[in-house]
This record gives sequence, structure tokens and C-alpha cells, in this order.
Amino acid sequence: MDLRSLSAHDLRAAIERGETSAEAAVQSALDAIAAEDRKLHAFLTVAGDRALARARQLDTSGDRRGRLHGVPVALKDNLCVRGMKTTAGSRILGDYAPPYNATAVERLEAEGAVVIGKTNCDEFAMGSSTEHSAFGPSRNPWDPERIPGGSSGGSAVSVAARFTPIALGSDTGGSVRQPAALCGVVGAKPTYGRVSRYGLLAFASSLDQIGPFARTVADAALVQDVIDGPDPRDATCGTHAAAPCSSKIDRGVEGLRIGVPRHLLERGVDAEVSAAFERALSALAASGASVRAVELTHSEHAIAVYYLVATAEASSNLARYDGVRYGARVEGGSLAALYAGTRSRGFGAEVKRRLMLGTYALSAGYYDAYYLKAQQVRTLIRRDFERAFEHVDAIALPTSPTPAFKLGERLDDPLQMYLADVFTVGPSLAGLPAISVPCGLTAGRLPVGLQITGRAWDDATVYQIAAAFERTNEGRVL
Amino acid sequence: MGSQLTRADVERIAELARLAIEPGDAPRFAEQLSSILDYATSVQRVDTTNVPPHAGVAVSPLRADSPVDPLDRHAVLEQAPDANVDAGLFRVPKVL
Repeated sequence: MDLRSLSAHDLRAAIERGETSAEAAVQSALDAIAAEDRKLHAFLTVAGDRALARARQLDTSGDRRGRLHGVPVALKDNLCVRGMKTTAGSRILGDYAPPYNATAVERLEAEGAVVIGKTNCDEFAMGSSTEHSAFGPSRNPWDPERIPGGSSGGSAVSVAARFTPIALGSDTGGSVRQPAALCGVVGAKPTYGRVSRYGLLAFASSLDQIGPFARTVADAALVQDVIDGPDPRDATCGTHAAAPCSSKIDRGVEGLRIGVPRHLLERGVDAEVSAAFERALSALAASGASVRAVELTHSEHAIAVYYLVATAEASSNLARYDGVRYGARVEGGSLAALYAGTRSRGFGAEVKRRLMLGTYALSAGYYDAYYLKAQQVRTLIRRDFERAFEHVDAIALPTSPTPAFKLGERLDDPLQMYLADVFTVGPSLAGLPAISVPCGLTAGRLPVGLQITGRAWDDATVYQIAAAFERTNEGRVL
Repeated sequence: MGSQLTRADVERIAELARLAIEPGDAPRFAEQLSSILDYATSVQRVDTTNVPPHAGVAVSPLRADSPVDPLDRHAVLEQAPDANVDAGLFRVPKVL
């Protein structure tokens, strides 16, 4: 049995039937990583001994079989696992090994998932390519000369390369959806507040959400169903009752209305991405959805708003990395010199750029013109979505305006890198659920992703549409 | 609004952000930050009369204010670059 190609659902069922074991599944993942990850660099830490010990425990204990019993999972390296090195792709954390577990990790393990290791990402999740990792980039399994997307690139690679059937990433402005699109897998950003952020190293707290990667929509829905729900350790989490993500997954799209903001597609979209997107819309229409135009007037400002708001929040959140309580320290004669020395040596160029941008947007004399203005336009962006959702049940866009670009291509032009997020930041700013599902390949065999965005807390409809699309011919990639 | 940052601006912002920028890096940061700010000034063209700033997508629920076990103090201090674990203290250079 080729354990690597099984979905999480099928792997769990095979273990249930006694055809394989958790230990065999974990060993298969570890062997694949040992053989192939030197080239792809999905993982920063492989926790082989811990994973095998857990798998054996699952195989021998007579405990209840969890919903992810024996399923290997990869975690982005900004998620805390007690005692496991956690870097967030940065040097400033040194050999930090957190003394606690993220809630999402605890919930995965409680359902029998086995943590294989920690995956590469842009430093503190700031980037769209993994090239801003302090430990070198990951590579796209479809073409190793190209980036896998980011910031959760290592988790996308782990699933695309069939190292693990599922992985977790974090999505602030597209960091799960964009790498999922560029690596040809499914990736979702839950409604803001559905998944606890406890134990996720904070980047921009009003935007950050942990989200699943998988090779099927059903697996992604299962993972989100396992990790979401109220958590007393995150006061922004679980403020609203919502249907499970898997609840409507087999229903199809008959009668659903899907909106397309055509005006956002007029410039900057690669021709092959456009063509794949149009084929996806036709496939949805052929499956019974009605596709119609919607206006998201203020979304043309989404990138500008995002890079002011997210960097402002980051400049505050990352103040904690000062060389006092954890991680690396560069000694100085004074406390101020210790702070500046530690932060200057510990952070890479992109983090410094964003911290300075955010500091500037919040500073006296510029606050009103940048930060406050951006938060007002954010309100308008959210209202546009609310108005559109009076007429449609979901909104479709390409996930990324281009397929995967080559390593180094955008590294010297931060603004070009930021434009990779042009279609993903809008739903983030509005707190809405969104998924990227594969929608074909370019002539050069690079994956393209379709993004479906839904109403707040209606993640179930987003998964429903993605699953229906996956069942059409246009939805088959891997 | 013009948003061309000078080297002096970058040095001032870096100081506010508790970063020490190498003198050789300041011109490149000034150029890149100016280009991003130029792009971001598009928000200033939007009419936001009577539009409230975004204030969170969710209403935070309150939890009961009851004592729970905090993180283990030893485990936390063991992650510090310099600490007196037995005394329960982080160590930093003299401040006063």
C-alpha cells in the first residue's frame, strides 16, 4: 500500500481496518522526508523519535480512535509545541523551545494526529515566497527553481510532495491560500475568530488565523473541524456558533449564487491564470451555480490598507523580542543597546522593513494620515463584502494573480512581492472565510488556485463550493 | 502627500523601533520604504467622511476571573538568555 498517497480520511480508515498502522504511516513520512527534503527544504525540524513514540502508543493503546488517528501532520514553525524548537523562520528566537502547546496542536493530538515536525516559513510569517526565512527558502515540488509561495510555504510543500497528508499554516494576508495555490493543494483561512490563536507566534493579531493544508477539500474541512471552536485562552475566539465545515460538503452547488468582482481582474493577472479561472467559473455554472458580477469598490486599496495595518500591528507585537525573556541576546553596555543589538542581529531585512513601516504609520504626525485612514478604508472594504453578500452566497477570484515565480525574482522589490497577495488580503481585512482549491495547470505545468470567499462564520458554504468544484474535471490536479 | 524618506528619517524610525541600522543600509531602506509609502498613500484619496475606523470583527466574550495554573516558572526562565532560575528572575544590564 502506498501510504504516502492516501488522504487523511483514507489513511485513518486503513488503520481502522488493520491494513496498516500509525507507526507505518509515520515511518513512511519520515522516510520520504529523509529521501527528498534535502532538495525541497520543507522542514526546519523533523521530530522523528517523538513521532514514532506517539505512533507506537496509538497502535498499542486501546483508547478511542480519534478523527485523525495515526495521521502525520506538519506544523508551520510559528506554532508552539512544548519542548520542540520553534523559530518562526527567525534567528532572534535562537534555540527557543516553548513551555506550552498551541491550542490547535493540542486539539490535533487529542484526535490522534502525529506531529512529524516544523516547517519552513518566511520570518515571522512576513513574506510570500519563504525567501525571507533566515534558514533559506523552500522549493516548489512542481519546479524546484520556483518558490512555493509563502509565508506557510514549507507546510504547502509537505502536503504537495506527499510527505504528510495534512499540515497547518497561518494566514494573515494569504499565507495559507497563496502557497496552497502555487503548490497545487487545498488551503483555507477560517473566519477570523473560529480558530484559537493561543500558541501561534503573533504577527498581526486582528488578521492572523491558523488554517489547514490538505490534498482534498474533505481533509481540509476535517482538520478545521478538529481545531476550531471556543478557547478561553484566546478572547477573540469562538464568539459565534457556526455549522461544522464538513456539514454540507456533499451537497453540490445547485442554486448557489457566486459573485465575481470583474473590475479587480482588469490588470496584472497572468493570461493563463485568467484562462484557468474562467474555466473554473464555467465548471461551477455547469454544476448548477449561478455566476454573476459583484462590485467590491474599495478592494483596489486592499494591499495599501493591509500593509499599513499589518505592519502597525507587527511593530507592536514584535516589541516582545528584545533579548530579555527568550531567544538570542546580543549584550550591550546598556539595556537600550541590548535591545537594539539583539533586534538588529536577530531580525532579517524584511522584518526590519515592516517594523519600520509600521512604526512610521503609528508615529506622531503620521498616525491620522496612515494608520487611522487605513482602518477607515478597512471598514469600507468590509461593508462592500457585506453588501455583495446580500446578492450572492460566495465570491470567486483567482487566489494568486500569477503562478509560482522564480527564486530571487522579486527579492529586491518588496512592493512587487506584496502584490502577490492582491486577491487574498481583502477577505483577511474583512475577517471572512476563504479557501484556495486547485483549478488546473499552466502550459508549463504550474498549479493555479481558485479562491472562494464566504460570509463571516459560513465556512461550511466555502467548503461546500470547493468540494463541488473539486468533483468537476477542472478541479483535478494532483 | 509626498512620502520620500531621507536617511535621517530612516535612522529616526529605526530608533523608535529599537533597531540599529548599519549606515550603509540606510539609503536602500529609505528607497524601499518610500516606494511602499508612495503606493500606500492611495488610501488618502478615499473619501472616509463619517466612516468609523475598523474596530475588530468579533466582540470578545468575557471569561470568569478565576485563578488557573500559570506556565511553570522554571520552564519559562529556562528559555531566557540570562536568568536566576532559583530566584525566579530574568537578568538584564543595570538600568539605573
